[in-house]
Amino acid sequence: MPGVINMDELTDLDKAKMERDQKKIEVKLERWMMSKCCTEFMEAVQAGVEEDTLVKGIAEDKNPFKELKGGCVVC
Amino acid sequence: MGEMEALRKEADNLKDQITEARKVVQDTTLQEAVAGTALVGRVQLKTRKTLRGHLAKIYAMHWGTDTKFCVSASQDGKLIVWDTLTTNKVNAIPLKSSWVMTCAYAPSGNMVACGGLDNMCSIYNLKGKDGNVKVMRELAAHTGYLSCCRFLSDSEIITSSGDCTCVLWDIETGTEKTIFAGHLGDCMSLAVSPDFKMFISGACDFTAKLWDIREATCRQTFSGHESDINAIGFFPNGNAVITGSDDATCKLYDLRADQELVTYQDSGIMCGVTSLAPSLSGRLLLAGYDDFNVNIWDMLKAERVGVLAGHDNRVSCIGVSSDGMACCTGSWDSFLKIWN
Repeated sequence: MPGVINMDELTDLDKAKMERDQKKIEVKLERWMMSKCCTEFMEAVQAGVEEDTLVKGIAEDKNPFKELKGGCVVC
Repeated sequence: MGEMEALRKEADNLKDQITEARKVVQDTTLQEAVAGTALVGRVQLKTRKTLRGHLAKIYAMHWGTDTKFCVSASQDGKLIVWDTLTTNKVNAIPLKSSWVMTCAYAPSGNMVACGGLDNMCSIYNLKGKDGNVKVMRELAAHTGYLSCCRFLSDSEIITSSGDCTCVLWDIETGTEKTIFAGHLGDCMSLAVSPDFKMFISGACDFTAKLWDIREATCRQTFSGHESDINAIGFFPNGNAVITGSDDATCKLYDLRADQELVTYQDSGIMCGVTSLAPSLSGRLLLAGYDDFNVNIWDMLKAERVGVLAGHDNRVSCIGVSSDGMACCTGSWDSFLKIWN
């Protein structure tokens, strides 16, 4: 679908057709129960939280971003 | 009944059916589900590094993948690639147009891209033979500003634009592979799913859309915000979408339930959200606001658990490194800060 797309060139009728066609697609979606989604969401978070530095913090000597105090850094 | 009226009626009818279908699966709320979960402890992050060098407002930053390098874009007309561990500038790339609004780092680390009011996405090769960084491609076709860009690989990039469309480009040929049209307002932000099969866009029509990259279709549309969506991101496992808006809230939408799980809001926060990033596990949401602060939210309990205060102007961009070790904020005060 090459070429410049200019939304300004679409008429109101074109836009209304696009919207109607899009909703026809979306109405068919199979939706999961919220309880299942919430459970999975909570489990996904808990699964990774122990390795999450921003949550757990990090020891000064293990922090790669710790202040470099003087001297030279050999890369 | 005219054709226009008939189409509108049909669309409204379908929207009502979608609303009903969403209600049918509402057997609980996230709030109820997490009632027994403890709030995460207060989060106090410190500035570990300040990246100094830009001479004007910073509009965007993006971490490299599996690296401590990041790229930033400023309206001083420069892209800077930083080694955040040493604060050294690895590359300082002068831009043809200083009106830059976005930048991106390719997952390979070989390229960076940027764009803005020039309506183009410029791709730069960082690993050229003679060591100089040069423009590799200029992707031109959008009829509005470039608000965001994200690489799928060294050969494909997705852009979002003020012309209300997103485009998938072939970098090699410099041409558009797919145009994603459907938003009724400027597209402000985009994010690619962890498996690179989908992307999401947030726009000034107050909606977020989930797109299938290869099928070239819009799968789902999420509403609820009361103003422009400025920032968008995937929850780390790819099953939920996080949005940030001028309506001062962030929202979490679950892709499988096809609806909002929770809104992150506080009566004390009345300014727009400019940027957002989840922590590695998704337990924390870091969001930048127009009032110069970054608020840190417990994503499960929807409560604020920390603030990053350190910039003297709007926080325009934020990112968490791919290993989750640090967060980077960029500001209109011309500085980037690294926190953990």
